[in-house]
Amino acid sequence: MASSVYLCLLRAVFLVCFVNPLIQGLSEDESVFQNPHHQQEENLTGLPIVTFKWHHVETPYLVIIWVFVAGLAKLSVVELNHHVISVVPESGLLIILGFILGGIVWGADRAQTFKLLPPTFFYYLLPQIILDASYFMPNKLFFSNLGAILIYAIFGTCWNAATVGLSLWGCYEAGVMGNLDIGLLQFLLFGSLIAAVDPVAVIAVFEEVHVNEVLFILVFGESLLNDGVTVVLYNVFDAFVALGGPRIDAAEIFKGIFSFVVVAFGGSFLGIGFAILLSLLTRCTKHIQIIEAGFVFVVGYLAYLTAEMLSLSAILSITFCGICCQKYVNANMDEKSVTTVRHAMKLLANGSETMIFLFLGVTAIDTEIWVWNTGFILLTLLFVFIYRIIGTFLFTWMLNKFRLVPIEVIDQVVMSYGGLRGAVAYGLAALLDEDKIPEKNLMISTTLIVVYFTVILQGITMKPLVQWLKVKRAAHSDLKLIEKLNNRAFDHILAAVEDICGRIGDNWWTRGWNRFEENYISWLLMKPKARKNRDYLFSIFHKLNLEDAINYVSEGERQGSLAFSRSDEAANVDFKKQFGSEFADVMPNIMVDMSNYELGIEHFSVTSIVKDTIPSVSLDIHGQDRKNAMDDINAHHLLQQHLYRSRKHHRHKYSRSHFSINQNEDEVQEIFQRTMRSRLESFKSTKMGVNPAKKITKHHKKELTHKMPNGHPDGTGHLYGDEVDIAVGSETGAINSTFMRDTYTVGAGIENPVFLPDMDSPTHSPPWLMETEAVAPSQRAQRRLPWTPNRLRRLAPMRISTCSTDSFLMADVSLTLEEHEEHSQTDHVEMRPVFD
Amino acid sequence: MGASQSGPVHMFQDLAYKTGFSIEQIKNLHNRFIYLTQAEDTLRREHLENVSDLALNPIRRQIIEAFFDKRNMGEKEKGCLQEIGFEEFVTVLSFFRPPKPHTADEEMKNIKKEKLRFLFNMHDTDNDGIITLDEYRRVVEELLSSYEIMGAETAKAITDAAMLEVASVTVGQMGPDEFYEGITFEQFMQILKDVEIETKMNIHFWNLDTRTVQCGK
Repeated sequence: MASSVYLCLLRAVFLVCFVNPLIQGLSEDESVFQNPHHQQEENLTGLPIVTFKWHHVETPYLVIIWVFVAGLAKLSVVELNHHVISVVPESGLLIILGFILGGIVWGADRAQTFKLLPPTFFYYLLPQIILDASYFMPNKLFFSNLGAILIYAIFGTCWNAATVGLSLWGCYEAGVMGNLDIGLLQFLLFGSLIAAVDPVAVIAVFEEVHVNEVLFILVFGESLLNDGVTVVLYNVFDAFVALGGPRIDAAEIFKGIFSFVVVAFGGSFLGIGFAILLSLLTRCTKHIQIIEAGFVFVVGYLAYLTAEMLSLSAILSITFCGICCQKYVNANMDEKSVTTVRHAMKLLANGSETMIFLFLGVTAIDTEIWVWNTGFILLTLLFVFIYRIIGTFLFTWMLNKFRLVPIEVIDQVVMSYGGLRGAVAYGLAALLDEDKIPEKNLMISTTLIVVYFTVILQGITMKPLVQWLKVKRAAHSDLKLIEKLNNRAFDHILAAVEDICGRIGDNWWTRGWNRFEENYISWLLMKPKARKNRDYLFSIFHKLNLEDAINYVSEGERQGSLAFSRSDEAANVDFKKQFGSEFADVMPNIMVDMSNYELGIEHFSVTSIVKDTIPSVSLDIHGQDRKNAMDDINAHHLLQQHLYRSRKHHRHKYSRSHFSINQNEDEVQEIFQRTMRSRLESFKSTKMGVNPAKKITKHHKKELTHKMPNGHPDGTGHLYGDEVDIAVGSETGAINSTFMRDTYTVGAGIENPVFLPDMDSPTHSPPWLMETEAVAPSQRAQRRLPWTPNRLRRLAPMRISTCSTDSFLMADVSLTLEEHEEHSQTDHVEMRPVFD
Repeated sequence: MGASQSGPVHMFQDLAYKTGFSIEQIKNLHNRFIYLTQAEDTLRREHLENVSDLALNPIRRQIIEAFFDKRNMGEKEKGCLQEIGFEEFVTVLSFFRPPKPHTADEEMKNIKKEKLRFLFNMHDTDNDGIITLDEYRRVVEELLSSYEIMGAETAKAITDAAMLEVASVTVGQMGPDEFYEGITFEQFMQILKDVEIETKMNIHFWNLDTRTVQCGK
């Protein structure tokens, strides 16, 4: 561990040492750069085979080298001794590492060649961080605490700016700072730039602390919005400074306040406008899926730049763009694009965050900017700290009068202590105009010290403080679904009780908004198909299902193949010999193909939850496998019959706009048809009326639903399978029961290939196959408690096998004959689409 | 009305003492009660069903039922009432009263338990102390019924998955002979222990007359 860190450091050091003299050496020779051709003619007599063209690539090269170094820095910080990392937050470590790197650069150049320049920061590093923060904002939490957040962000920031500025000015007048060339307005300007809590620093620290969600959203939301507010305040005071003291009258002040409002709200509305644009755009990007993810970034950045152009608040603009678009964008875009966006967003944000902290460190190693004024610096630190606390308590006290759940004193302490200043303050300080503010360098160095102090010291002490104060932590629960259900129920209950009391309160507004949103906004901004299944509960459920499916598949693969090991020894061996390697390749492909196919057709409609996450192809194979084995047909034959050999040549095709998987409709079609044919055959041959019921989708054009016919004559068959499937044909919950079987005898009874037992029997006799063959669909599939409570005998073994991630829940159900009859009414096999 | 003025006031004080509401709140609720019952003495189900805002609430049946559930009246007996008086009305609503500031931890726990008990009773329709899968399914179905696209099957699937989650957390690994009947109150408390229900299951009861208050923060 440690050695890798040193290695990384060494490498970084080496790079910097190597690159910098190089730049220096070359850039000194300006004339060479000016006339490269001239030089070439002079030095070279013939055709050069290779030339060293540093200047051609200098700028991008340097940029990329620094990005690389930042990446290495992050790597080394993360890989660092875990003891250190648990004490010092990452942001602090990066800054310290920046000091070192800066020292090296300075040592090589005798000047700081690399600095965090405000344009770089504001145009290239900040936007994606803000976009990321807002795009992943927990919206419900944010909006339900919006009032408090706005109070803190707007009034809190103004309070901080005003009090720090005024107090410093007071102290200056009292003569504490000696002789400085600063007036009241400059102090206020300084106060405004130092006022804002920085989202980058706050997220970096609070992410590691895991405080409770309300506290987190208050601090986080505040830091996000007050950045916008600070920039606006800064601009107003900057304008005042430019105007000069004597020319400011009441009208100008009024204009300043007015401009504050316009800039802040204008920016927010602009962001909402862009969010609408983005949502509308993603409605119609179905055919350019591969680039639709890009729109999120482009439009977000556009929102930022447009606001900047209109001198509105760019930060607020991009914030609201991200917050408002997330829901619709996520629903409209293809799931893969959503994943792309998420990852790319995190990548960009994390990258720039690393760069920012690193450069905050590097920048400090520069003799030019350091101007020391003990009084000014220490007093700033003191005031920043104290007024943050006073402000927080003051505004919380006011808020608590209205809040249903008061913010506790402990939370207030953490909030005040979490007032970390960061790169925004530095960026604004570096933006100051030296002509107007003679003491610019003093302000920069003070800002830097405040930043270091808050990020490093407060960052380090934050965790112990949170522990010591016993701040309520974020509850971590693995009960995802039930929690959501309960939350949903809560919302309705609270709204209902408010209705009964005849009170128009929070819940009334929330519900009214939800209804409006559902009826009009979603209609406008969402694809109709996306609207159908955007329910939150459903998406959670869907996600869990997917997770399980992935687990299941990977588990299967880890164990060699997806459960092709069967109890039938001979077949197994045969299979292993002949298809061992081939199969491993083919199988996943098919699975991907099938699932894509299905998803593609359904467009992720509700059915996909119900859809067993195990693709039907593979399952069917097993079903067939199993039965045929009973008839002594070997696996070889089976595979030939049922496995579609993936046409591999498609996979090597390069396409810029598509991933090659599943692009060939014929291929998919063929797989599908084969599968269906074999199903039909098995159906006929066994006369057991077994059909894989895959979907419940009544709403599809292509109905893949196969009822679960259930005509086992002697009534001893144990129907088992996906209950939802059966539900298609039945009316009441009672019938919809399902059942994993247990006293299942091979070859008898009804099988739903979906749940074929040997699906999950990767070894010859896995533990759960001992007495009976067990069914192992994916975890989530099992989690549809497969029984009818009425007939529930027991909720049988919650088996968690050691070699499978699947936990088992099987109910022992002996279905009565009546049920079978009921089912048999729906005993027809629907295979229409298959043979079309 | 005028002659019996002292009667209500006395009753209000009693209720205020019992339920923790302030007198003003009780008065407001009384106004509302009279409004709901159309000046009758007792509240029946259809009165609540007529509340227009409630019409769109997917789980209104359960909520209305909760008002007539004897278990929520602090009585030991089970069963349902056909009509309730003002006292019962206020008692039920007092479950949604935010806890007073500076409540001791012990008391907070009780409050939490009471609130949970209320929720539990709401789900446990047959009063047997266990939320069975069937009961829970009905809840979830109703909960999701506003999304017409989410069919009953989906609701069921979700319920089952949720139930399984509960089972796997509360019971852990079950032996082959074990049988998961449903969620008991203890398990219910366990699964909701992280949800700070005492801070969530609250609504604002204003001291002002509700008819004049049109909005609130």
